[in-house]
Amino acid sequence: MTVPQDHTERRVVVTGPPRQARRASGYYRPRTEIDEQTTLGHTYVRSLMRTQLRAALTVFAVLGLLVGPLPLLFAAMPDARRLEWAVLGFGLYLPLVLLARWYVRRAERNERDFVRLVEDR
Amino acid sequence: MNSSYAVPAVALVVVATVLVGAFGLRISRTTSDFYVASRTVGPRLNAAAISGEYLSAASFLGIAGLVLVQGPDMLWYPVGYTAGYLVLLLFVAAPLRRSGAYTLPDFAEARLASQAVRRLAGAFVVGVGWLYLLPQLQGAGLTLTVLTGAPDWLGGVIVAVVVTATVAAGGMRSITFVQAFQYWLKLTALLVPALFLVLAWQSDGAPRHAFDEPATFREQRVVRVDDSVDLKLERPLTVTVTGTVDGRTHTGTRLDLPAGTHHIEGGTRLTFARGAAVPEAERSGGGDLSPSQAESRAERPLYATYGLILATFLGTMGLPHVVVRFYTSPHGVAARRTTVAVLGLIGAFYLLPPVYGALGRLYAPELTLTGDPDAAVLLLPDRMIGGVGGDLLGALVAGGAFAAFLSTASGLTMAVAGVLTQDVLPSRGVRHFRLGTVLAMVVPLAASVLVGGLPVADAVGLAFAVSASSFCPLLVLGIWWRRLTPPGAAAGMLVGGGSALLAVAATMAGYPGRGAALHALLAWPALWSVPLGFLTMILVSLATPGRVPPGTAGVLARFHLPEELRTEVTA
Repeated sequence: MTVPQDHTERRVVVTGPPRQARRASGYYRPRTEIDEQTTLGHTYVRSLMRTQLRAALTVFAVLGLLVGPLPLLFAAMPDARRLEWAVLGFGLYLPLVLLARWYVRRAERNERDFVRLVEDR
Repeated sequence: MNSSYAVPAVALVVVATVLVGAFGLRISRTTSDFYVASRTVGPRLNAAAISGEYLSAASFLGIAGLVLVQGPDMLWYPVGYTAGYLVLLLFVAAPLRRSGAYTLPDFAEARLASQAVRRLAGAFVVGVGWLYLLPQLQGAGLTLTVLTGAPDWLGGVIVAVVVTATVAAGGMRSITFVQAFQYWLKLTALLVPALFLVLAWQSDGAPRHAFDEPATFREQRVVRVDDSVDLKLERPLTVTVTGTVDGRTHTGTRLDLPAGTHHIEGGTRLTFARGAAVPEAERSGGGDLSPSQAESRAERPLYATYGLILATFLGTMGLPHVVVRFYTSPHGVAARRTTVAVLGLIGAFYLLPPVYGALGRLYAPELTLTGDPDAAVLLLPDRMIGGVGGDLLGALVAGGAFAAFLSTASGLTMAVAGVLTQDVLPSRGVRHFRLGTVLAMVVPLAASVLVGGLPVADAVGLAFAVSASSFCPLLVLGIWWRRLTPPGAAAGMLVGGGSALLAVAATMAGYPGRGAALHALLAWPALWSVPLGFLTMILVSLATPGRVPPGTAGVLARFHLPEELRTEVTA
């Protein structure tokens, strides 16, 4: 007479597929969408392209703003020969390398974020 | 200049190139090794190889010569050559590697699934490659002539034979080692003499008027004018003349030349006094490496400068020997990191030519009159240091210059031979690749021997302008715009690249005459031909929406998805 009460309390009502299994299928969903080239998959790829293009255009704009006004500046100050020598001969290469490093970091971070999003981690 | 050290130095570079190539041959076994070094080249080795390939004769000799003649405006060339890599990194590097294609035509076919566009891209690759090979061969001829007085064609033939042999023997694997070796060789060959030259300049009291305009003679100097020139004087000039000036013969006469243009016959000796300004020489068609288009800069400096900036910034990504290198990276991320390393390496190299240019203005200003300012880099060690030390440093520079011709010519030959083998010759075996290599080199060699006297150096600027207005739109739109169609791509390449080609060809043929407003427009086509190429490509694509290739979405996904997502997809 002592046991049945515990028994009834341990009974489990099953209302759907096991949670563990459903999580696993959701885990692969964005991946499969991309692999099977569904509309949703294309939306994922498009979002990645957009972030990468935005990063590239940002750096390109910085490059344009950095370099674009220089010929005008030198034309406006024909006496500043030494400045022209210093800037064109030695001053521009480091900023170019720094811009490149900044872009690569940003592009790689975008890709990591995307992988995390897609693999739902 | 004393050639007893220079000739062995050049010979040493040639032998070392063959040996390093042979080392590559021993480990180059498969077809994949041949074309892309089996895609296993790490960022550091690959970056040195790319830089070694990129720094051509125009960089090694040409920039210093240009700066010597025309002043600091010409420093836009190296800045543009470097910034071109940044633009390449931003829009092209990783997706291009992920596209998985071997060459530019492969890329066109993979993206647009069209044989016609593939063939058109192939034609442009071969054309741009040959245009760029021509000045390399002529530069080699010039260097050997300056050093030893050998006939013009000999240097070109030596470079052609060595390059054909290494490329045909070892393909991309051996070229990678050769190029990487030659980057460091070139840097050393320019850096070590530069240090000694700066020391010599210091001990000379560090004169600073290199930056003054115009350049002046530091001491009394006798200049022998070999080819007839027209001197443009902005101020009156006093010189002692032995020879013919303005049609009248003088022997040791002191002449006061009024401002204006004066014609000096070849063989005339001019003695300039200390502190005299170096007059500006105008020459029609010299065989020098510096783009003679630069002479038209005076007419519209700002337009020309912006044209130069646009052509070099956007043209780099389409140069066939640059692009083919990216396929040798193991993956897209490595391709990006490689590009950053390349920027650092070529940026470091380009700090040196301005030093030579500035010192050349101080110590060898008369080179602007005698016709080969490109020889400034070769002559400065002898001029400033002299003796055995100067000869040895001069030999080092000469060796480096030859490394420059060899490495750029190898890369170009590789790219052109790849296209010829895949698209023109019947099968893709290694035997046919060797045949393609010979073909790739024979045509520009024949052209350089035949057209020896023409200002073929314009070809470098032309190659950049054509590449910027044909391949740049193809790559950028192909990678980022899903509505590009095969007819659009073909039309854009033809209209953009074709018009740039015609414009510069017209300038080289002497039409229209100097001073015409049209002249600058045609000599520096990039400013209008690049937008024209982009616009044509976009408009024709929009007008043919039914021709968007069916697999476009999948192809773009492959270009942009990181490898970690893709490897499992393809597995």
